[in-house]
Formats: sequence, C-alpha cells, structure tokens
Amino acid sequence: MSITAKKSMGSPLPHDSAEMHVSGGATYTDDIREPAGCLQAYILQSPHAHAKIKKIDVSGCCIAGVHAVVTAKDIPGENEVAPVPIYPGDPLFAKDEVMFAGQSVLAVAADTIEIARTAAHKAVVEYEVLPAILDVQTAVKEKSFVGDPYVMRIGDAAAGIEKSAHVLEGAFDIGGQEHFYLEGQVALVTPLENGEMHCYSSTQHPTEVQHLIAKVLGLADHAVTVDMRRMGGGFGGKESQASLFACAAALLARKTGRPVKLRVDRDDDMIMTGKRHDLHCTYKVGFDDNGLIGGIEMTHMVNCGYSADLSNAVADRAMFHADNAYFLGNAKVTSYRCKTNKVSNTAFRGFGGPQGLLLIEYIVDEIARKLGKDPLDVRKANLYDPKGKLGKRCITHYHMTVEDSITHELFAQLEKSGDYAKRVQEVRNFNARSKILKKGIAFTPVKFGISFTLTMLNQAGALVHVYKDGSVQVNHGGTEMGQGLHTKVCQIVADTFGIPLDLVKITATSTGKVPNTSATAASSGADMNGKAAQAAALIIKGRLEKFDAGRNLPWKELVMAAYGERISLSSTGFYKTPKIDWDRPAAKGRPFYYFAYGAAIAEVIIDTLTGESNILRADILHDVGRSINPAVDIGQIEGGFVQGAGWLTSEELWWDDKGVIKTHAPSTYKIPTGRDIPKDFRVALYDGINQEDTIYNSKAVGEPPLMLATAAFLALKDAALSVNPNGHLDAPATPERILKAVTG
Amino acid sequence: MGDTIKFMLNDQMRAVSGLSPTTTILQYLRLQERLTGTKEGCAEGDCGACTVIIGELENGKMEYEAINACIVFLPTLDGRRLITVENLGMNAVQKAMVECHGSQCGFCTPGFVMSLTACMHNHGNANDENIQDAISGNLCRCTGYRPILDAARRANTEKERYLKTDVATLEGLRRETMFSYEHAGQKFFSPRTVEELADVTAQYPDATLLGGGTDVGLWVTKKHRTLETVIYTGNVAALREIKQTDAGLEIGGAVSYAHAFESLAAYDPSMGVLLRRFASVQIRNLGTVGGNIANGSPIGDGPPPLIALGAKLVLRSKSCTRQLPLEDFFIAYGKQACEKGGFVEKIIIPPKAKNVLFKVYKISKRFDQDISAVCAAFAIELDDDKVASARIAFGGMAGTPKRAAHTEKALTGKPWNEETVRNVMSALENDYQPMTDMRATAGYRMQVAQNLLIRCFIETTQPETETGVYGYGS
Repeated sequence: MSITAKKSMGSPLPHDSAEMHVSGGATYTDDIREPAGCLQAYILQSPHAHAKIKKIDVSGCCIAGVHAVVTAKDIPGENEVAPVPIYPGDPLFAKDEVMFAGQSVLAVAADTIEIARTAAHKAVVEYEVLPAILDVQTAVKEKSFVGDPYVMRIGDAAAGIEKSAHVLEGAFDIGGQEHFYLEGQVALVTPLENGEMHCYSSTQHPTEVQHLIAKVLGLADHAVTVDMRRMGGGFGGKESQASLFACAAALLARKTGRPVKLRVDRDDDMIMTGKRHDLHCTYKVGFDDNGLIGGIEMTHMVNCGYSADLSNAVADRAMFHADNAYFLGNAKVTSYRCKTNKVSNTAFRGFGGPQGLLLIEYIVDEIARKLGKDPLDVRKANLYDPKGKLGKRCITHYHMTVEDSITHELFAQLEKSGDYAKRVQEVRNFNARSKILKKGIAFTPVKFGISFTLTMLNQAGALVHVYKDGSVQVNHGGTEMGQGLHTKVCQIVADTFGIPLDLVKITATSTGKVPNTSATAASSGADMNGKAAQAAALIIKGRLEKFDAGRNLPWKELVMAAYGERISLSSTGFYKTPKIDWDRPAAKGRPFYYFAYGAAIAEVIIDTLTGESNILRADILHDVGRSINPAVDIGQIEGGFVQGAGWLTSEELWWDDKGVIKTHAPSTYKIPTGRDIPKDFRVALYDGINQEDTIYNSKAVGEPPLMLATAAFLALKDAALSVNPNGHLDAPATPERILKAVTG
Repeated sequence: MGDTIKFMLNDQMRAVSGLSPTTTILQYLRLQERLTGTKEGCAEGDCGACTVIIGELENGKMEYEAINACIVFLPTLDGRRLITVENLGMNAVQKAMVECHGSQCGFCTPGFVMSLTACMHNHGNANDENIQDAISGNLCRCTGYRPILDAARRANTEKERYLKTDVATLEGLRRETMFSYEHAGQKFFSPRTVEELADVTAQYPDATLLGGGTDVGLWVTKKHRTLETVIYTGNVAALREIKQTDAGLEIGGAVSYAHAFESLAAYDPSMGVLLRRFASVQIRNLGTVGGNIANGSPIGDGPPPLIALGAKLVLRSKSCTRQLPLEDFFIAYGKQACEKGGFVEKIIIPPKAKNVLFKVYKISKRFDQDISAVCAAFAIELDDDKVASARIAFGGMAGTPKRAAHTEKALTGKPWNEETVRNVMSALENDYQPMTDMRATAGYRMQVAQNLLIRCFIETTQPETETGVYGYGS
C-alpha cells in the first residue's frame, strides 16, 4: 500500500468538533430531538440529612398531564445503582431511610417538566428525623465508615520520627469541589420492542449505565444499549453519577411505555450529585537540619458521604499520592473512609490524588518554614532518585520502585526559565516595602500515577470499519467530554493507515459497538483506547498489506480491490496495560504503569485588609511524554491548573448546620472566570518521551496538571505568613481564610 | 387585549402567541424553535451558556447587547431583534476560537462566541479590559480561558462588521402605545409612557413590576413561581433617561446598569470600579438601577454607595409622586416604603461637594459576577483636616442596606487621621450584627467592614500606599 498522507501525530490539530462547537451545531444529549410522546421526569428529594421514611403517599401527584409516579417499590429488578458491586448502598430511590438532604425519594413523568415538578411536590412523605453525622471527626469517633480503615507503610515511621532532630505535628483541612460541568446530568431513554431499552446518557461510563439500567429493570445487559456522543464536561462527575438519572428515566420509560427524558437543573444537580472528597488530615513528621524527612505519619479522614460509591478507590489514590515526588523512607499513611449524612462524594479529576499530594506539599512547606529555608531546597533534598540513577531513594510507601522520575530535571529547567531565585528576592523586597499588599511565591512538583488502581479496569476495546470508499469509522470505549480524546484517536488511526485525517471519523460511543468498557477516567482515555484503536487498525492494515503484496496501490483503490476480493475491512482491537500488579491486602506492588510529572511556580498577591488575592504569574513545565497533539495537551494543562486553582481558592462548598448544602448554583459557588487566571501564564511541555511502550510514547494528561495549582495555594500561604509567621491556612484559601491566616 | 409578540428572530419575522408570558427566551429557542445552539447551564444568568444578542432601535440606530436568554421573558422581545449563534455564519470570533483551541467540551462555547461577537461589534477596537468584561459572565470549566482570550485578541484584529442593521423592519414593529399580551390568564403589559405605567399599575396593584428581570426572572426559573400579571418598565421611554440637572444626576427607574455606567463612573471613579465588579456585561445590560433598589435586597451593590452619596428616590403612582432619601426606602428585610401600584420613577444623586472623600468597596470570593459578602461606601466630608460629616453605608451587614449611624457620629468632628479611624472602628459593632452564611461568617464581615474604613483612610490620605489586588500590575 502507498502511504502518502502527512503524519498527523504530534500536530496541534483543532478539536474534532471545534467548528460545530463554535457554530452551535454540536449535539449534546439535551439537544437530541425527542421522539414523539416523550415525557419529562422530575425527582423528588429528601429535605433531611437523615430520617426514617414513615409513609409515602403519592395520591396527590395525580394531576393533569402526569403519566407515572415511581418509588422504590416500583422497581422490578434491584434498587441499587452503586458503581462497585462489592460496595452496595446507593439505592435508586430511598426506601425506608434517607441518608442525605437531596437523596432521591420518588420520580414523576409528565407531559412537561413543570407538571412533573408540581406533581412530585404534591406527594406526602412523612419523615422521622434522625441524628445526622455531618463531619469526619464524629464519623471516626463513632466508627461510621463506608470501608475498612486502610494503611500503607514502609520502614518504621515512629522510629524514624523519634530519631529525627526536628519534629512537627499538625492538622490541615482540605475542602471538596463541585465539578461544575457546564452541561448538567441528563438522560433520554426510549423503550424498544420486547422490553429492551435505548438510552442516551451524558456519561463517562456507558457500560456502567447499561449494566445498572439492566439491573434496575431486571434485564440482561444485552437488552440495553447506551449511546454517548459527547458530554459538556465530565471531570469525574459523570463517571458513576450519571447512572441514577438514566435508571430513573428507564424505570419511568418501562412504566409508561414512552420515551422519557430526565434532565436535572443546575440546583438539583449540585444538590444530588457527589463532589470531590473533603479531608481532615493530621500529620507528624521528623526531619534533619536540611529538611530531609526521617519519618512521617499521615492520617486522612476522608469524607465519603452516605455511601461508598467510588470512595474506597479515591481514598486509596489519596494515599498513593501521600509522597508526591518525595522519598519518605519511614512512612505510615492511615486512611479512614468516613460515612457521613452528606451527598456521596465521587470521582473528580485526580481521584483523591490532589488531596494526598496537597498534604505532603503543605508538610514540606511547614518543614522549610520551621528551618527558615527556601521550600525549594527542602523539596530538592527529599526527591526520589532520578531516572537512570536509581539508588536507595526510589521505593514508595506502597513498595513500588519509581523508575522514571524526572523531577530533578523539571526543577532545573523551570528554576531557570521561571527565574525563581531572583523572583523570590523580589517578592521579599516587595513585602518589605508594601504596607497593605503582600506577595508570595511557591514552586511545587507533581508526580501522578497512571493506571486504574483496580487492575481489572486497565483494558480497552475498539472497533474500526473501513468502508468501500476508503473512509474509516472508528469506535472505541472512551467517551469525549472535551478532553480531545477523539481527536487523538483519529490521529492515531489515520497515521496507522497512512491516510489523511479527514477520512477518519469517530462516532458516538455505544455499548452496542464496543462492550465491557471501563470508564473514561484515571487519565487513561488516550493511553488505552488509542492503543486499542491502533490494534484494530493494524489488523486491517495487515490484511491490506498482504493483499497489496508490494503493489503499492493508493489507499482508495486498495480498499475497493480488497473488498472485491472479499477481504474483511473491519476489526476489533483490544489492549491491556502491561506490567501492573497490585496486591491491595498486602499494600504492595506496582499499581501504576508509569508516572506523569510536572512542576509549577506561582506568584500571588494578597490584600492584608480583606484577604482578597490574585495570581500574578504561573510558570508551568509539564511532562506529557511525546505529545500526540500539543494543542490538546496544553489545553489540558492550562485548564487543569485553573480548575485546581479554583478548588484551592474561590470554590467553597457550604452546608448549614442541618446538613443542607447552600452552595448549589453559580450564584453561590464560584468557579474561576477569565479574570482569575494568572495574568502572566507561561506553559511549556517538557521535551522527553515516555520510557514505557505507550501509544506514541506519550503520557496521560487529563488529571496531573490539576495538581500544579498546589503552587498557587502555597504561594498564598507564603504571602499570608510573611505577615504572620504563625498563621495557618486551610484550603480553599478564600478571602476569609487568608485574612484569618494574616491576623491569627 | 391579547396581541401577539412581534420580533425578529435572526433574519426572520416572528409573531408569537400561545405561550406563557413568563416563558424565557431560552425555553422558546430550545423548545419551540429547536435552535439548540443556545444552552442552559444554570437558568439564573450566572454562567453565560445561554448568551444571545438583542438588537434594539435607539434613536433610529440599532444597538446590540449580549444578554442571558435564560432569565428574560419572551414578551420583552416585542419590537426587538434576537440573534442566536446559528445566525453568525462563521465570523472572525468563531474562526479564531477554532484556530486558538478555544473550545474543549464546547458547551459554553456558543455563549462565549455571542459575548465576544457583541463586544467586537460594539467596540471598534476592544482592549483587554473590554474583552475581560465581555466574558466576565461566561464560565468555562475546561480551557482555563487563556485560549479564549487569545481568540478574542485575534478576532479583534479583524476588521469585520459583525451584526447587520435592519432599522426598517424594527421601525415597522415599533409601538406607540402599550403592548398587552395574555395567555391562559397570565397577563403581560409593556407601557410606553409614565402615564400608561401609572394607569396600569393602578389597575393591577398586585402585578409584578419587571425591569431587567435579573431578579424576577429567577422567581420563575428557580422558585418556580407563577406570575399572574407582569408589567414591564423597559419600554417606558421617560424611565430610560439619564439627565444632569441642578438637583444632580437623575437616573430613570428603568435605566440599565450598562447605560448608567458611564455617568456613574464619571460621577466618581470608585463607582466605575464597583460597577465593573457589580455583575457581568449580560446582567448589566439587563439589570436596572431602579430594580436593584426596588427589590429591597440587603446585598444589592447599588444602594450602599447611593445612600452614602445622599441619593433621593422619586416614587410614583397614579395618585401621587413623592421623594424620599434612599435609606428611608429600606424599612426592614423584605419590606420597603413603596405602596402598592407604586414604582421607582427616578434616582437623584446630588452633586458631590469638592471636600467630600468618597470610596466604595465590594468584597466577594471572586472578582467578577459575585454577590458581595460586604459592600461598603464611605462619603467623608472634610472641613480642613476634620470630619465635618460622614455618610457611611453597608450592604451585607444587616437585613437591609443600612447607614452606620454610630460610626458616622463617632467620626464627626474628629481629625481625619489614623488614630481617629482606629478608635472609631469598634463603633461598627454597634451599627451592625451581621450574619453567617455561605458567603462569609459574621466575624469576617465585621472584621473586613472595619478594615475597609482603614482602607478608605489610607486611600484618601496616602497615595503612595498600594491597596487592592485586582488588576494589580496591569
């Protein structure tokens, strides 16, 4: 075959839907034209954080335009939408007890959403209010957990601390975060023949939605098809959280025999769906005069909310990142998975990693302050051994060897390009002369483990069709939520065949085309689905090359000729991540195929009268291996940094003393706007390739950059503590918390 | 009664009936017209995914403004032109958004495109500040904004006539007398003159008065209330006037914040800074100075500075017109001195004396489009170096916007120096007992209120001392 097309791998190509995005033509689930007779659904929520349901009387819901009301007792299959079968406890509808304010109690389908809402609120639900656990300290005291406490350890932490010249102890609170995907949760379910169901769902995990609809309706998986073209953002919030809405719509579709759409408005979405886990952390660390850590104990009290959902895996990942880029030697990390009467917290970009990473960075910063050293020097002293020069400092607290650390190199390059030393001095000079405004600066690394920590999930499938005209349709298990996954996979397939990119099209992710997929999560989308799509393309290419037999036919001719000779032009592809091996009971092994690295310098300014702050400059150097698409990768880095900065500054979740969330809309929950990004924003890709055999030797990029924003938080701490060295700053650093850190 | 709502949708005429008068433009576009490029992100005017452009005839010329379709009622479109993303073709903003990688998930993208298109159309040469303002009400969760800002800068270099003018068609839709619309018992009136307004409010004293709808819209989209009768003030020409008279700056009750911006910023630069933070461009294009007062909110940012400046309110009804100091309008939380059937005719801001130091500050978690934890306004009249009189008003510190009577008294007659300020700070504790909520604790509100008095002192006496982090270094 003759390969003439220009390679697209490595090119900064625009998103495959960019022109549709800007013209309003890109179709999201709510934009799909509803089938005739489609009903709209509304879910009634619990007003109480914890209560017994004494009675549900739905007789009042029967108003004109209502077609069905469903409660737990109307479920033909199981009343369960938990993502992890070994951790059940997420009912579709609360049956005897409500466990958080916002839990689904019943649902109504009606001709319009207004009628459905009005009708649902006419149901009479009698509750007996029970005491609620609203904080993790109480949960730990009462042993209220969604999973067993878990420990990772290496060496002897207590002895290491004991032997150290200096010891610091403290506590640190880390706030949660709302995903705030711009497109809210939505599903459109159409009943088909013989009880089968077709579902459009805005989900990162079509296979799970398929499986749970089947489970709730008592069907086999093969009777349900889930279709997903694109999400208006996911960030982890549509990994497990989409299921409840899809299942409620499916149940109502079953009951009415009509198509049902369930789209929650912003407030209901923010009240009903889980968020990033908030943590209360404690630590005790011993170190020498250089800040070298001799022993460390860290405890994570993780607020999981009322059910397990994905919390045990999230809490594990927080522990896996308790070291960040540092060799801890003697370490003990303890994690409590606290069950509280709040919404069940879930996956969110980084999946616990950011919280674990933030704690160790906070501790290292405290060590530096105690010793009066530049925190960067303490960071350098504690790094894992660099790639190619492994010595004694390369084993993590979960007994994996870190073979690929490039943090030393990232530090060296960024220190120079970011002019760190000079700017530290300028910040100090500014603070000496400025009475009200103070500046701060911080330099932090990121090391993030790539792979699902549940080994089974590290598999992917793809389906590639070559049509007679030479055009190619690709399907794979990954979902597009804006991250550019489809763009990268198109590039991979086009380059594998050696054909122009415009011959390759990716269509909606469908459980009918690629089965048993993993969620598009853990930054794994391009790594796994890219390899699977490549595998499928290589199979077809192998057949074509054999058929071509050195004739070098142009692509379109070759395809038509091969069809004429009855050569199959379609193939599946499969990939499983190699090398990983994790023994959770022993807390030992290699949970990650490789690590992605990055480093950031942030410079900020605060107002010591009001606590208001602003990020003045950020310098980022990030490792994506060999970039498949630098524009997409830089987009992930910048977007991740800003989202992380929002988490650590203006994004504050607030519940009242009854456990009712009061920040459930953009009027009360403040994600960054255009003016909140660093005024001077310098982002560069590290020039290097992944030493592992990943697709194009690239590295995953979805989650790691979020943690670059740790630098912004510690820069704010630096600014506040320049006024009050004994100040304490918890996250998020709202104006109120900064003012508290400044004034004591 | 019962006319149809006549307007232009993109390039086509529409005459609409059979829909509730509180149907939002967004609902109409998505459900009736199936124009789904305009998205719902929040249904409260805070995310910008629903941004559309409204064209209106002003003195024979087309004026285009970006607004939030999610909170604007359809009948307010009568006589206007609605432009949606589907109508843009592929303009320079859209091209630049593609080239600069300004979209990721794409859901917010049409809203950004509309905001930037309006910005480019209205500013021949938009500067960075114009661009930041233009997108201050558009949230993007994916990109981190840098590529969107780059796209805006790139589009700005294109000399392109963005939006067509169609004066003749809109002239043909102009109404000289009140527009009435009714559906299923719900009524909507849009009077043209103050007299018509006074008549119709007298006839329907329980009606909801609608200015920009940035509050009333949410009664429908968020609280799911049914409004029986709505009276829209946005077409009463006399209420949309801004005049400079001997009494001072007179702002009609239906003047939008966008239209008042220039006059208020010229009145005092501190007001300009406040108004930039006050709300997004979309909201400022809708929200009225009068409505921000009349809704009685304790956290509106308009009243504190206006109270400190000694503004007067002219209240009008069919039976009488009366004038009162603005602070007297706010009686208690949810209770205002406005009789049924009454409306805000205008706000009069007296000229500022030369010896008055004026500062207004807004404190919130985010710079743009956030509701104040505290809004503070100080008008300090000096007699040589002594405080001759002080008018201090706060929002967010009580159930209403309220003057700090104890603090004002404690300052009066004292020298305007740091010692005085530090001594009188505690008087604020006698003036206010703020509450704790999702925006701030009571303790922070009080501490920051006191510190803002210090900031006012520093900014009025020590020009060399840098204050304020926003916009620092630019």
